[in-house]
Amino acid sequence: MWGSMFRWLDPYAKPETLYHLCGRLLPYLMGLALFTLLLGNIWGLAFSPSDYQQGDSYRIIYIHVPAAIWSMGAYSSMAIAAFIGLVWQIRVAQWAVLAIAPIGAVYTVIALLTGAAWGKPMWGTWWVWDARLTSELVLLFLYLGVIALAGAFSEAARGIKVASLLAIVGVVNLPIIHYSVEWWNTLHQGATITKFAKPSIDPSMLWPLLISLLGFALLLAALTCLRLRSQILIFEQHRPWVRQWVDQQQGERG
Amino acid sequence: MNPRRQKRLVAVVAFVLLLGGAIGAMLYALQQNIDLFYTPSQLIEGMGDDKVKPEIGQRLRIGGMVVKGSVRRDPNSLKVSFDLVDTGPIVTVEYEGILPDLFREGQGIVAQGVLVDAKTILASEVLAKHDEEYMPPEVAEAVKGIKHVAPKNMQSYGQPKVSEPETTTPEQGKPAGQQP
Repeated sequence: MWGSMFRWLDPYAKPETLYHLCGRLLPYLMGLALFTLLLGNIWGLAFSPSDYQQGDSYRIIYIHVPAAIWSMGAYSSMAIAAFIGLVWQIRVAQWAVLAIAPIGAVYTVIALLTGAAWGKPMWGTWWVWDARLTSELVLLFLYLGVIALAGAFSEAARGIKVASLLAIVGVVNLPIIHYSVEWWNTLHQGATITKFAKPSIDPSMLWPLLISLLGFALLLAALTCLRLRSQILIFEQHRPWVRQWVDQQQGERG
Repeated sequence: MNPRRQKRLVAVVAFVLLLGGAIGAMLYALQQNIDLFYTPSQLIEGMGDDKVKPEIGQRLRIGGMVVKGSVRRDPNSLKVSFDLVDTGPIVTVEYEGILPDLFREGQGIVAQGVLVDAKTILASEVLAKHDEEYMPPEVAEAVKGIKHVAPKNMQSYGQPKVSEPETTTPEQGKPAGQQP
C-alpha cells in the first residue's frame, strides 16, 4: 500500500533532483511570499478598521498570529520529515529537519516578541506564565534543542538521528499550545480563526489576516527550499554531480 | 515494507507513545496548578473535586468580570476597589496603582495579590484580559450595542467618587461581556 501511494515521490529522494526542484520553485515562492506579505500587511496595518476595544493596538495581529500559527506548522513539517528520515532512512528528509529548525525557531521568536509587545499595552504586562505563553516558549526550546542536538555529535548522521527523535517527541507540545486556552484559565484569549466555528473577527479585518497567513506560509516554504539547497550542497559536496553543476555554473558566468 | 523499516517504525512509534503518555499523565496530575488564576466561584466554593479553598494570607491570582457600578476610587490617592464575578459569588479586589487601559466595568481582568479575608484580595498587580473578538467600532455598536467612547470623554475616571456604587462611566450602552 505504502509503495504505490508514495511511488511518485521517489525521484525526489535523490538529492540532485530535489536540489534542482527547490531551485526552480524558489523564485516563485519567494516572489509570491513577498507579494502576499506586503499586500496583507499594508492592508492590515494601514487600511483595515481599528478595533472597537483595542483601537490600533490590535493590528499587531497581522504579524503575531501568522508567525505563531506557522511556528507550529513548521514544527509539524519538521517532525514529519524527522519521522520519514528515521523510519525510511531517506537522507533528504533528514536534511530537511536541519533546514526547517532555524526557520521555525525564528517564527517562534517573532510570535513571542510580538506577543509581548501586544501584551504590554493591552494586558498591562510583557509576560505572564500562563499556559499558552509558557507552552509557546517550550516550543522555542524544542527548536533550539533540535538545532543543538543535531550539531552535538562529531558524526553528523548520529546527531541528526537524535535530533529527529526529539523533534518527533516534541509534537505532543503542539496540541498543548493549541488547546491551552481551553483546558486551563489563561490570560491569553481563546482562538479567533483556528476553530471550527465561524471566525470571531469582522470580515474587513479577517481578509488581510488570511492573506498575511498565506504570506507567512509561502515565506516558510521559500526559506525551506533555500536552506534545503544549502544543506544538500554541504552533505553532497564531494559527489560528482555537485562538481559538474558548479563547473557548469562557472562556465555560464564566463 | 521490509522488516528493518518495520522494526524502526515500531520502535519510533512506541517511544513517542510512551513519552507522550507520560507527559499527558503529568499534565493531568498538574491540571489545577497550571491554571493561571482562581475564578471567584472557585475561590469561595473551592476548586476541583476536593473543593480545595485557598487560605487567608495566600498569594494568588483571581480572574473575573468587573461588576458594573462596583468601581470605587479614593479621591486623594490611586487606591481603587472593585468587585469581580464569574457565575455567582462576588469577590472584592483592592488595589493601589495605575490600572491598564482596557480596565473597565464588564471587562475581564486578572489580579495578583494576597487573600486578606475570605472574599477580599489585596492586589499588587491588575492585568486586563480581552476576548478573541475583533470588530470595527461601527459593527460593535450595531451588534453589541456598545458605543465607542473616546478616553477623554470618560469623565468618571478623572473625577473619582468614594464609596458610591452607582458611580459609573457615562452610559456606554450595554456592558460588553457582563453575562454572569
